Amino acid sequence: MRKLKKAALALIATTALAASALPAAAEDIFVPLFTYRTGPFAGSGTYIANGMHDYLEMLNQRDGGIGGVKIAIEECETGYNTTKGLECYEAVKPKHPVLVNPWSTGITLPIIPKAAVDKIPVLSMAYGLSASSEGDTFPWIFNPPDTYWDGMSMIIKYIAAQEGGLAKLKGKKIGYLYLDAGYGKEPLPFLADLSKELGFETKLYPVAAAEMQNQSAQWLNVRRDRPDYMIMYGWGAMQPTAVKEAVKTNYPMEKFISIWWPSEEDAKGAGKEAAGFKTLNWHAATPDFPVIKDIEKHVVGAGKSQTPKDQLGTVLYNRGVYNSMLIAEGIRTAQKLTGKKVVTGEDVRRGMESLNIDAARLKELGMDGFAGPIKLSCADHNGHRPTFVQRFDGAKYVKVSDWIEPMHDKVGPLLKADAKAYAEKNAGWPKRTEACDSK
Amino acid sequence: MFYREVGQFKTSYAADQAIFPIRQDRIGLALILAVAFIGIPLVGGEFMIASVMIPFLVLALAAIGLNILIGYTGLISLGTGAFMGVGAYACYKLSTLFPQVNIIVWIIASGLVSCAVGVLFGLPSLRIKGFYLAIATLAAQFFLQWCFVRVGWLYNNNPSGAIEVPLHTLFGIPITGATAKPLTRYYVVLTIVVVMTWFASNLVHGRIGRNWMAVRDMDIAAQLMGIRLLPAKLLAFAVSSFYAGVAGALMVFLWLGAAEPEAFNINESFVLLFMVIIGGLGSLIGAFFGAALIHILPIIVRTAPDALGLSIGSATAEHLTYIITGGLILFFLIVEPHGLARLWQIAKQKLRVWPFPY
Amino acid sequence: MHLLYQIFIDPFMQMGQAPDLLVQTLWEGLVGGVLYALIALGFVLIFKASGVFNFAQGIMMVFAALTLVGLYEKGVPAPLALLLAIGVMYLLALGVERVVLRPLVNQPDIMLFMATFGLTYILIGAGQLVFGGDPKEMPVAALGLPKGAIDLKILGGLVSLQKIDIAAAIIASIMVAGLAVFFQKTRIGRALRAVADDHQAALSVGISLNQIWVIVWFTAGIVALATGIMWGARSDVSFALQVISLKALPVLILGGFTSVPGAIVGGLIIGIGEKLGEFYWGPLVGGGIESWLAYAIALAFLLFKPEGLFGEKIIERI
Repeated sequence: MRKLKKAALALIATTALAASALPAAAEDIFVPLFTYRTGPFAGSGTYIANGMHDYLEMLNQRDGGIGGVKIAIEECETGYNTTKGLECYEAVKPKHPVLVNPWSTGITLPIIPKAAVDKIPVLSMAYGLSASSEGDTFPWIFNPPDTYWDGMSMIIKYIAAQEGGLAKLKGKKIGYLYLDAGYGKEPLPFLADLSKELGFETKLYPVAAAEMQNQSAQWLNVRRDRPDYMIMYGWGAMQPTAVKEAVKTNYPMEKFISIWWPSEEDAKGAGKEAAGFKTLNWHAATPDFPVIKDIEKHVVGAGKSQTPKDQLGTVLYNRGVYNSMLIAEGIRTAQKLTGKKVVTGEDVRRGMESLNIDAARLKELGMDGFAGPIKLSCADHNGHRPTFVQRFDGAKYVKVSDWIEPMHDKVGPLLKADAKAYAEKNAGWPKRTEACDSK
Repeated sequence: MFYREVGQFKTSYAADQAIFPIRQDRIGLALILAVAFIGIPLVGGEFMIASVMIPFLVLALAAIGLNILIGYTGLISLGTGAFMGVGAYACYKLSTLFPQVNIIVWIIASGLVSCAVGVLFGLPSLRIKGFYLAIATLAAQFFLQWCFVRVGWLYNNNPSGAIEVPLHTLFGIPITGATAKPLTRYYVVLTIVVVMTWFASNLVHGRIGRNWMAVRDMDIAAQLMGIRLLPAKLLAFAVSSFYAGVAGALMVFLWLGAAEPEAFNINESFVLLFMVIIGGLGSLIGAFFGAALIHILPIIVRTAPDALGLSIGSATAEHLTYIITGGLILFFLIVEPHGLARLWQIAKQKLRVWPFPY
Repeated sequence: MHLLYQIFIDPFMQMGQAPDLLVQTLWEGLVGGVLYALIALGFVLIFKASGVFNFAQGIMMVFAALTLVGLYEKGVPAPLALLLAIGVMYLLALGVERVVLRPLVNQPDIMLFMATFGLTYILIGAGQLVFGGDPKEMPVAALGLPKGAIDLKILGGLVSLQKIDIAAAIIASIMVAGLAVFFQKTRIGRALRAVADDHQAALSVGISLNQIWVIVWFTAGIVALATGIMWGARSDVSFALQVISLKALPVLILGGFTSVPGAIVGGLIIGIGEKLGEFYWGPLVGGGIESWLAYAIALAFLLFKPEGLFGEKIIERI
């Protein structure tokens, strides 16, 4: 009993202390990073978390922040869990974040309606709700540089290019291996439309989240159906398992193409035989850029981060860097627009809408050739940028294709219709009242 | 001394059978309600209301449901998360089919849907018991979760695969959707939870509750005494699923605002089981204690290092949260195997005899 | 009518048309079943000897494999890492007996069940804290396990057997045989069986319960390590594996909580059944039915034999 009393007292004391925790100082720009270094998806999450953190920390160390204002970086661990993510959101809200990046579609969805009310812009970089690219319906949500529908259209275009044109897809069989959740199911209607139009046959192989590491049944089906190409929308432990199973099944790896999420580690597990595995990407996967060198010098080398050196330049690390670059540029644009140094969430929303990172700006950032230019507008919160295909050569990814444009004419109307349906379903969805800076 | 029933005479059977026959209990209850309805909204910030109190109440309601099954009837279920999901999806479906009906009606009605599903999956309980039954209920968990993913009709074929909550109002005040103030949502949840707790309390103290407890203590003996097992067990499943269903609907509509099938995964079921056992089997107040401990403790552990000025990474903090939560579960089980509710009884006894030790 | 055709005739036609695929499916199911059986075996050992329904068996598997891989990645040679991992499992068994079982002795089953939940949380936290949460690759070659596949050209097609799967099956058989000998022939094994039969009677003839518990948990730990290595070699060692270990639960209800042969036969039935179901009948409902099919199979059995295939007949008295 006495022990129990002591424990209770200690608990009360910590609660009191926790309640008195001070918010970030007012002269900083507060950027919370929702990360997941724990849980079943930690394998992907750790790289992204490191990349995001290191870029912003590098700006703090090298330039003293953005426009002379320090960035207050705070990580909140979500474990890829929706309720924990929402808790993170509620926890950072009183500290006036200028932007949140949930890094999970499950966390993004409940935050979407809240963003407009709380005046906090949301950056869900190439995940989340595809339709949130429509700025007129979702003024507070940004999901550059591509939606999952764009991704699917680019994969199909790449496959068509291998076969010698879209017309050649007729009669082909394309398998789609996907995580059986909102994310993986999103492209299904689009894929069905395309297959009807182009005359190819689709075979679906759903993988339940609980069965991510137990895919032999799906791959047996692949063996039976013998699809000409395989497309994968996976995440976390599902990806290395899929690659291994593909090798086991003797599936031609050159014809196995994934959306942009697999990392080097995901393919490495299967060894040399995994060479040929392909993924989409929109940024470089090497450390040979001034920006990465700066991170190495100011952050990793200086011991200000938990990133191991060999992680620099990997696919998902660089993706984290790209994500933070968008945040930083959004803040910088907001500073330019408003003339203020310490910007708020409303300002950063305007900044993100006016985001225009051209080749010259990329060069200034030390990212010349790191990624393509991107420009957002009030109506288009996505950009729908072209991506390229990279091939795993047994150790690292090598770019093997030119930039592939998404099928704008097909994806655009779908997104519009979907955004409209969303607003209709959610009765009382607010009409856009936010002013527009970039016409 | 402080908690004495001496001098409180009952002059009618009704008074003697009251749920709170002792005056101090009634005063205590009034105090708790006053704190919940007035005190917490006054002192609690938005984080406190939205991320601590609302989840706590929702989880407590689900824990009450599970406690009816495990604590009162002795049937272990590991499918509570899925039954919450049934409630949530039913509520979504009903409210999108008939948007003009008040959402509160649908929240309660979705409990009935969950109730029906619960009875269906409760049928094996007649044949099997103990851990075998626990695992059989896992079938419900996985099958229902699969349905949430696979049956597009359930989520109106949303491309995102999730259910989203539009704006609903009560007396003209928004209670769901993003514009609903946390405080409004809190009051709605609190009212529903209080009413349903009161209902559960009546239920378990009445004839039905006694039947359940007889079944729990030994079902063959209960049968010999004329309690029909099939209706008793199925009723327990029905009531339990009803509570879980309402809690699930509340969870999505008034707490999360949108949910993917993953929100109702097996971990949810396990966490609820924790709450019931740590709180105390067969005790309604235990459900509240358990929910408080399991939900609020990790939040404290997570914020503690910051508050104490220690800087450890958020990931390390999360790992430590796991270790500490696990450790505390063991600690409580060893120190007080009958749950926190037992501590509550000990405290009452101490108050009764104070200042004497016994 | 068409539906009936698809359910009752078409799958069997497919089996007949492509016997190589049928054999391959059976083989995959068999290997999956062996791994389920091994996890279930860990459950059964502990349940028999200490009456604890050990929910932590799954995380023990992850933790053991993680220790092995984590040490290997830190530069410890693989055989030494294996030994150290076994050592860690022994320490774990000691700790569990001392901290969890001894204070909770004679508590109701559900309390002990809960306690293993607490243990699960601690192991998740500790594992991630020490080794990190990212998936790790199992050093298959360094452990002397074979890699690659044997392709058999039979039945007008190709049946591909992974060497690692063959090794898994062999190792599992050796372990089961070893355990059987251990139980039947050694002093400790006899003591274990005595404890399983009747705790108090065992105590009264001078068997130390505490010592037996340590041994049983240690044995379960070694079984967990072996399972972790096998499954880790098939995919990766990650915390997501813990979810798969839940698949051992339907195996348990099928085979009975107290029966070692039951765990093995049950594992094979579940493994093969769910693969056949997913492969031939899954596409009818959109696939992905593996997550609950195992439970459905087990439930169907339960309705006829409530105590499991090999479970002890429950006799109830008032």
